[in-house]
Amino acid sequence: MEGLTLSEAEQRYYCDLFSYCDTESTKKVASNGRVLELFRAAQLPNDVVMQIMELCGATRLGYFGRSQFYIALKLVAVAQSGLPLRVESLNTVKDLPLPRFVVSKNEQESRHTALYSSDADNPASYSGVIPPPPGRIQVKKGSVSHDAVQQRTSTDQQESTSPVVSPQQSPPTSPHTWRKHNRHPSGGNNERPLAGPGPFWAPFSEAQPGSSTSSDPIWSGHSPPPHQENWVSFADTPPTSALLAMHPASVQDQTTVRTVASATTTNEIRRQSSSYDDPWKITDEQRQYYVNQFKTIQPDLNGFIPGSAAKEFFTKSKLPILELSHIWELSDFDKDGALTLDEFCAAFHLVVARKNGYDLPEKLPESLMPKLIDLEDSTEVGEQTGEVGYSSSPAEAPPSKSPSMPSLNQTWPELNQSSEQWETFSERSSSSQTLTQFDSNIAPADPDTAIVHPVPIRMTPSKIHMQEMELKRTGSDHANPTSPLLVKPPDLPEENKMSSSVKFTAGNTVNGYSSSDSYTSDPEQIGSTVTRQRSHSGTSPDNTAPPPPPPRPHPSHSRSSSLDMNRSFSVTPGQQQAGVVAYPPAVPPRPQPSQGAGPHVHRPVDAEGLIAHTSTSPQQIPEQPNFADFSQFEAFAVSGVNKEEDDEIETHSEVLQVEKPSDSASSLRVAKADGRVEDKAPANVPTSAGKGTTPLAPPPKPIRRRLKSEDELKPEAEEHTQKTGVIAAVLASQPSIPRSVGKDKKAIQASIRRNKETNTVLARLNSELQQQLKDVLEERISLEVQLEQLRPFSHL
Amino acid sequence: VPVSVICSPPQNYPLYIRSVPTENELKFHYTVHTSLDVVDEKISAMGKALVDQRELYLGLLYPTEDYKVYGYVTNSKVKFVMVVDSSNTALRDNEIRSMFRKLHNSYTDIMCNPFYNPGDCIHSRAFDNMVNSMMMQVC
Repeated sequence: MEGLTLSEAEQRYYCDLFSYCDTESTKKVASNGRVLELFRAAQLPNDVVMQIMELCGATRLGYFGRSQFYIALKLVAVAQSGLPLRVESLNTVKDLPLPRFVVSKNEQESRHTALYSSDADNPASYSGVIPPPPGRIQVKKGSVSHDAVQQRTSTDQQESTSPVVSPQQSPPTSPHTWRKHNRHPSGGNNERPLAGPGPFWAPFSEAQPGSSTSSDPIWSGHSPPPHQENWVSFADTPPTSALLAMHPASVQDQTTVRTVASATTTNEIRRQSSSYDDPWKITDEQRQYYVNQFKTIQPDLNGFIPGSAAKEFFTKSKLPILELSHIWELSDFDKDGALTLDEFCAAFHLVVARKNGYDLPEKLPESLMPKLIDLEDSTEVGEQTGEVGYSSSPAEAPPSKSPSMPSLNQTWPELNQSSEQWETFSERSSSSQTLTQFDSNIAPADPDTAIVHPVPIRMTPSKIHMQEMELKRTGSDHANPTSPLLVKPPDLPEENKMSSSVKFTAGNTVNGYSSSDSYTSDPEQIGSTVTRQRSHSGTSPDNTAPPPPPPRPHPSHSRSSSLDMNRSFSVTPGQQQAGVVAYPPAVPPRPQPSQGAGPHVHRPVDAEGLIAHTSTSPQQIPEQPNFADFSQFEAFAVSGVNKEEDDEIETHSEVLQVEKPSDSASSLRVAKADGRVEDKAPANVPTSAGKGTTPLAPPPKPIRRRLKSEDELKPEAEEHTQKTGVIAAVLASQPSIPRSVGKDKKAIQASIRRNKETNTVLARLNSELQQQLKDVLEERISLEVQLEQLRPFSHL
Repeated sequence: VPVSVICSPPQNYPLYIRSVPTENELKFHYTVHTSLDVVDEKISAMGKALVDQRELYLGLLYPTEDYKVYGYVTNSKVKFVMVVDSSNTALRDNEIRSMFRKLHNSYTDIMCNPFYNPGDCIHSRAFDNMVNSMMMQVC
């Protein structure tokens, strides 16, 4: 075959024609009826047709392959333009008009033929039968040039939407094709007896007497039952507006004709169609009908239709479950398993379109996206304004479309860039869409209310909310939340209306998310804050302060002996505090240098700990000059052991790293407290040596801990506001401490005894609880075994 | 090259299986099926303790010479198994986690669809698109 160069429009046109003729999808077309029909429709003399067939090689092959078919079509065009048929003319003739095919089947076509012929004088006009592959017709029609629409408007007052194709454009659609399309309803809708669907369909058909009467004669040739015709006609209104079919019944779509902005180059021609002539737009009557249907299920227009009710409702339409499932996926915008009014209208519209043979889109058309913007706080107001805007849409559709179109068109290319980001982009476009077109779906309420969301957002447009949903889902992924949100705000200013509120909400969202993120990363945060606090305290010259340990989830651990343990373990600065409980610290250099004589606020804690110590706890560290300070706190420690210990724990959260079993910890703590007390006791008594020996049988841990805590606490004293109370108490008691040394000793011992008793009680309780736990676990295991035996197949 | 994704309910029949390089598909199907046993083993070993997000992701089930198998189980004991090419060293654990998360999200979206009966094979176009895009992204 000779090489054949086709322009883009020709390419498309031929492809469609080929697909139309290729009824069996075998990629080659026998000289069957379709092809012959087509050639006859070219209104060429028979011998010319024979010549064409010969030239393209079909007679040789016996069938029309794709290339032969294309050549034949080109030759038809050549012949129609009056040029002699030559093989060379295939490529030499430039600017060849597209071949014209006039089909004369019945009155419809004759009417259309008249329409076509009326435009025959327009050299630039083409009318063609473009049998679309099922489901693409609307797309194709959408891509028709828009000036065609306007030209048609002049020629056919009835058909304002009849398309006129410029030479380089693909031919316009025609009612013929529309009919054909209807004949090949994908999914076999044709067989569905629409006459018998639920009652809700019938009223609708009655509601369209005007359109139906006009469309009935058109569709009379169709096998579908009248109801379907009504549906068809009704559904025609939005599609035909985009399809620009020369459909007499499309009068009502006259107002929906729009000026076409240049269609963006996307693979999805549907996008193109929607960019200028939205086939998915819902007209007023449709919208009203949908709203009424919604009310029958859910009286509250701001409420939701639960999934099960919606399922029943749409199952009545007799679409296959798979398609209904897809419709649901498309229309449930917020994925909450329920339909708001907008979502319901979108779903209903898709069902209607599907029943009329339109293929379901892969993604929700922008005009069907629910308006999630709550410009006003009250949903009623929003709805009312939306209604008003909607009702006035026909009049202002053309002007309103054009300004919005460019922005939409700009968004389309981006939409195709990354499928992953399609949500964000499409939401953005939908928001821009809804911003400028009030004739889109109304958003009476924020459909996001059904979504459980940590950050309540009523003012956010859909995209923001979708983002939040995305973010919420990727909850633990802290990296994500901020990035898409941050991407969004820059885009938001583009939108006239929502810019401020969007930004605001976006900001809120970001904040919300950052807070939620911080919430999810609570332990880390706590640790970080704790470390920060510690670092603050550490700023003061604390040469002995060890590095902040990992965060402690329970800073308010009341009886956490781990605190003690930590403190005891943190013998020397830098010594690791990682909760090694049983780590027997080496003998600490008892005389910690920085032990000042100032009132050690934290000391009260130590003091009490010390007080609680048994006198038997060995105290390895000899007396220290600073002990004298602690003696002041001893009297205190007796009374406020627990409280101060708590405070101590809180303040020294860093030391609270270790978590130990409570009993052992408590015992240790008591021991340490003893040690500490003992440490301090000698401090009280100037006899350092004597006192040094008495305290603290337990390992030097408590001592060390005290030391460390002393060291740390001293510098931290000023910064720990929590200790103010303790400090005050301590300070108050300080004067009295020296006097009551002797009494302190007894008090210490008494408290030690008490603590020991408490300790044993707790230990007993703990063991009992452990025993109970074991029993319960055993029971559980036995129950699970039984369950496994009873369950036949599942093994989880 | 993530070659295969499968999700299966506790009864261990696949609800959805998709492989990107379609040749040798059967081998991946086999691999995925055998790895379900490993998933089961991990789940039972984990005990019936509550499942939180971390435990949902099972990590590398087992590596072979050609590919690695990752597992993920949802709260409702629906298992996701992903087989990726070992030569794809750029694929980090976090990415696998995010892929599983996306799978889980899409799966919950399908569940929200009232027209989907749990236990049916998944025919959702949105799910297909998501899986395809995910696999293309890694390829």
